[in-house]
Amino acid sequence: MRYAYYPGCSLDATGIEYDTANKLVAKKLGMDLVEIPDWNCCGATSAHSTNHLLALALPARNLAIAEAEGFETVAIPCAACFARCKKTAAAVQASPEMKGKIRDIIEMDYQAKAEILSFLDVVGKKVGLEKIKEQVIQPLRGLKVAAYYGCLLVRPAAIMQSDDPENPMVMDHIIEGLGATALDWDYKTECCGASHVVPVPNLGKNLIHDILRNAASHGAEAIATACPLCMLNLDMRQKQINALLGTNFHIPIFHFTELMALAFGYSGQDFGLAKHFEPAEELIARTVNPGVRSAGA
Amino acid sequence: MEKVDLSNIGNEVHADITQLAKNAGVELSSCYQCGKCSAGCPVGFIMDESPRRVIRLLQLGLLDDALRTRAIWLCATCDTCSTRCPKGVAVAALMESLRQEAKRRGITTEKNINLFNDIFLNNVRLFGRSPEVILSALYNLRSGNFFQDMDAAAHLFKSGKAHFMPGRIKNTQAVRRIFNKCLEKEGQH
Repeated sequence: MRYAYYPGCSLDATGIEYDTANKLVAKKLGMDLVEIPDWNCCGATSAHSTNHLLALALPARNLAIAEAEGFETVAIPCAACFARCKKTAAAVQASPEMKGKIRDIIEMDYQAKAEILSFLDVVGKKVGLEKIKEQVIQPLRGLKVAAYYGCLLVRPAAIMQSDDPENPMVMDHIIEGLGATALDWDYKTECCGASHVVPVPNLGKNLIHDILRNAASHGAEAIATACPLCMLNLDMRQKQINALLGTNFHIPIFHFTELMALAFGYSGQDFGLAKHFEPAEELIARTVNPGVRSAGA
Repeated sequence: MEKVDLSNIGNEVHADITQLAKNAGVELSSCYQCGKCSAGCPVGFIMDESPRRVIRLLQLGLLDDALRTRAIWLCATCDTCSTRCPKGVAVAALMESLRQEAKRRGITTEKNINLFNDIFLNNVRLFGRSPEVILSALYNLRSGNFFQDMDAAAHLFKSGKAHFMPGRIKNTQAVRRIFNKCLEKEGQH
């Protein structure tokens, strides 16, 4: 199936390996990802802190381009971008007046008809578990993973329409489908502080610390994320938190599609595992054992 | 807390509050102050007033006090509050409206968050996208936190996660026109 793909700004920079892994996984799953032409930043989170119309209009331009190109589904790998696009579509659907205003501002027609899904939901629900399992040639056998959803993928519940705002399971099912173990833990939907971590460092470090601690106490060998900002906070800032709080966390963090790519037979080099701050190579070498399936079966 | 005389609050303040709540899709009288929003708030530990108390300030007509809280800036819009509210009050959306109004009135209680937002949006206006390197560099420079996250910079550049040149879109003019029109229409949501 053909999907309009809105990577968002992070996937060109700090989340670059997420973008690469998404494309590898999409190829294996027969998804046709087409980047929205000349997309702009959705403004998250600064636009909705500053100006209501701007927060709606910036995502609307991208969604209007996708509609004009005839796409029925937009796939968004960043939770913040996803949330802003969903909120824009909901605001336009709810009010003909707002629809008119947005059309005037972006100088394009926008009907809010295209379905907007997170990349996680596209893979987990549209493509589905069966197709994922078919592609697994290097099962991540024994790897204990805490699936971390964060906040914006699942809340507010009425707009995001995830499977459950308090205990989502889509990523857990994917992880299990890859042959790994998805852990039951408490912080799967807690907020990581997102971009607040920059202007209010103490705030972010407390939130990130709590997430890492809870994952570790449940035996997590790795954490899977579905948002480039969650990934950056948990991965890049782990060392800073250890230094600041005297902890000793060394938990490899993955975008969920990186785990999929590994199970589908790619190597870490194919998507840029070495770009992670917390080294993951050793864990992967221990877990991903090519030929395990044929030998075991 | 000092004594507050609620009898002096003018009608225009109540009208402003009603409008702000309406923009956020919130009926303020729905909130019966159970505090569930604040109990689950991950940022609550660092707020000066809990979300519940911010709503209470508005119910009492104390708009200026609400706009001067740090809480409305510290809210991370994670929507735990809105999702758990037994009365369906969109608490995070209300905090967002208050933050926008405070900014419009020049009340920026959390200077660094405001600065971060200004730099972020200015980049989007210029390039159409948000270049993370320029955002971090300008933020460090202008906030005076010169070395913040510098420990990570070497790895970011070495691994190709950061570029010196910002990615930009072709039609930057379209994005600039969006900014101009939205700022023109400010206040008339």
